[in-house]
Amino acid sequence: MGIRIIEGKCTGCTLCVRACPFAAITMAEKLAVIGPECTLCGACVPVCTFDAIELIVEQRKPVDTAKYRNVWVVAEQKRGAVQSVTYELIGAGRELARKRGSELHVVLMGHGMDGAAEELIARGADVVHSMDHPAFAEYQDEPYSRVLCRLINKHKPEIVLCGATAIGRSLIPRVAVQINTGLTADCTGLEIDADGGLMQIRPAFGGNIMATILTPNHRPQMATVRHKVMKEAKPDPTRKGKIIAIEPRKEDAYIRAKVVDFVEEIESTVNLAEADIIVSGGRGLGTPDGFQLIEKLALALGGAVGSSRAAVDAGWIPYSHQVGQTGKTVCPKLYVACGISGQIQHLVGMQSSDTIVAINKDRDAPIFTVADYGIVGDLYRVIPALVDRLNQR
Amino acid sequence: MKVVVCIKQVPDTTNVRINPETNTLIREGVESICNPFDEYALEEALRIKERLEGEPVTTIAVTMGPPQAEAVLRQALAIGIDEAILLSDRAFAGSDTWATSYALSRMIDKIGDVDIVLCGKQAIDGDTAQVGPGIAVHLGFPQITFVKRIEEITPKKIRAERMMEEGYQVVESRLPVVLTVVKEINEPRLPSIRGKMRAKKAEIPTWTAADLDANKEYLGLNGSPTVVHKIYAPERKKDGQIIEGEPTDVAIELVSELKRLSLV
Repeated sequence: MGIRIIEGKCTGCTLCVRACPFAAITMAEKLAVIGPECTLCGACVPVCTFDAIELIVEQRKPVDTAKYRNVWVVAEQKRGAVQSVTYELIGAGRELARKRGSELHVVLMGHGMDGAAEELIARGADVVHSMDHPAFAEYQDEPYSRVLCRLINKHKPEIVLCGATAIGRSLIPRVAVQINTGLTADCTGLEIDADGGLMQIRPAFGGNIMATILTPNHRPQMATVRHKVMKEAKPDPTRKGKIIAIEPRKEDAYIRAKVVDFVEEIESTVNLAEADIIVSGGRGLGTPDGFQLIEKLALALGGAVGSSRAAVDAGWIPYSHQVGQTGKTVCPKLYVACGISGQIQHLVGMQSSDTIVAINKDRDAPIFTVADYGIVGDLYRVIPALVDRLNQR
Repeated sequence: MKVVVCIKQVPDTTNVRINPETNTLIREGVESICNPFDEYALEEALRIKERLEGEPVTTIAVTMGPPQAEAVLRQALAIGIDEAILLSDRAFAGSDTWATSYALSRMIDKIGDVDIVLCGKQAIDGDTAQVGPGIAVHLGFPQITFVKRIEEITPKKIRAERMMEEGYQVVESRLPVVLTVVKEINEPRLPSIRGKMRAKKAEIPTWTAADLDANKEYLGLNGSPTVVHKIYAPERKKDGQIIEGEPTDVAIELVSELKRLSLV
């Protein structure tokens, strides 16, 4: 294991220095030197035109990948209702299964979910593994991960997908470690490479770089997928599929971290993760009352209200509305930024939105670099005009 | 009782910019900082100690990284964390979240008698949120992720609020436990002058792979099931359109554009 510069071949051209995302390569006497910051990411290897960088990878004992087959999706349900992220995963999973010539299975755990399994089949599942039991009504780490490990060990899927939600990001890391395989977080793209492996594409460094991750020698290949990036599979009521009931076991009831209550805090109009349209306000509002204007615009557009960190820190609006690095990452169809300058921490939380509108007085505000439509002007004049125009229709 | 806080040194993304010509990261002048979410974890460790007054509690900050990652441990000592240990060895280079959580779990196992492991919910460079749960599984501890408030804590058990998309779960667990925390949990304190002096003078022990009772096959790149195949700059958004003029005209133009895109 390791990386090395081949001395006879390195010409000191500095191509690798510029390619390194971690600033780990320096030049000493026309020879590249790799420092301790190196994470062995391999970004420098292909850019070297002299083949002077060698990455030596010896993977630990590989599994027999040929024994693994089919694409699995882990469904997410809350209080009996299957969440839309599940249908997005089925949409993506169906396509992967087609490319691999295999089946799409969905694992559904919960209680009292009438018609949910049939709906999953209509959306594209060939097989639904269903656990309908009171102990599974509310998501809990231990029973959910235990059942999922058991199923994966038994049926050996080659790909397992789950939503990159609060539940998915608590559940799946447990499973991946337990069954000794790789996991890629918060993917925004999934493709099959020439060898049939799953290319897991995701942003890193707050969206400043993209990375393609592979799980070459372990199975299943596991990924959580960002909500609202993949297209939802549409239902086809004529589709046929199989529902297999999962047998609960005694040990499933053994739980150390028990959920004793669920408190709903956020009305649906504020659920940023689900919103197709978000209108956000920032420091440029000047006063907490500015959010009344933001709410009016959100109402006219049928969207949710977001905010920058500055507005939250000023106490103008609760933290649950914060978009950005220390808040939520969102990718709605339309994001309207009002009075937000566009600090990088805010941009990383919203720059993958389909369409971005920015309203700001300062023509040089960084928010305009990511905006599809930039309006230079006073938001206290522009927003009322917009609301009027929208309400006229 | 011992409370271990796992922290990470990360590049400060405030200063990370994209060169518009080459579409690559401009790294000059990018400082290394303590992962912001880990600062909440450190603060919460101090608050747990304060809440359990009368109980002997030792807080310990740990990090895995290159030798210069020691800087974040000194920051932890400066705000009042009792002890710090650096885990540093070329053998850990190239670790993915599986191998990182394994190495940290072996470190925590060696520290011994740990009742609470605290992590930030995720690190801002990789954004995986996978290391906390990974540590829990490797250690065989239960976990509570995305904690926004600790309602109750005793030397035996904890009740905490886990943040979800539309509300929160109240979770009760026995100790030992792994917690990952979100920003809402607290307001981190600033270091005192005395704390800074103490941090500056402190001797921070460095542990290497040889200090751990660990399976060498599970460390670093060898122990990592995932490999980074390619890194590249994201596609730059096409240049946006600037709309200027009287608010009513601007509104008409924008709304007709949004209509064209079927957004309204």
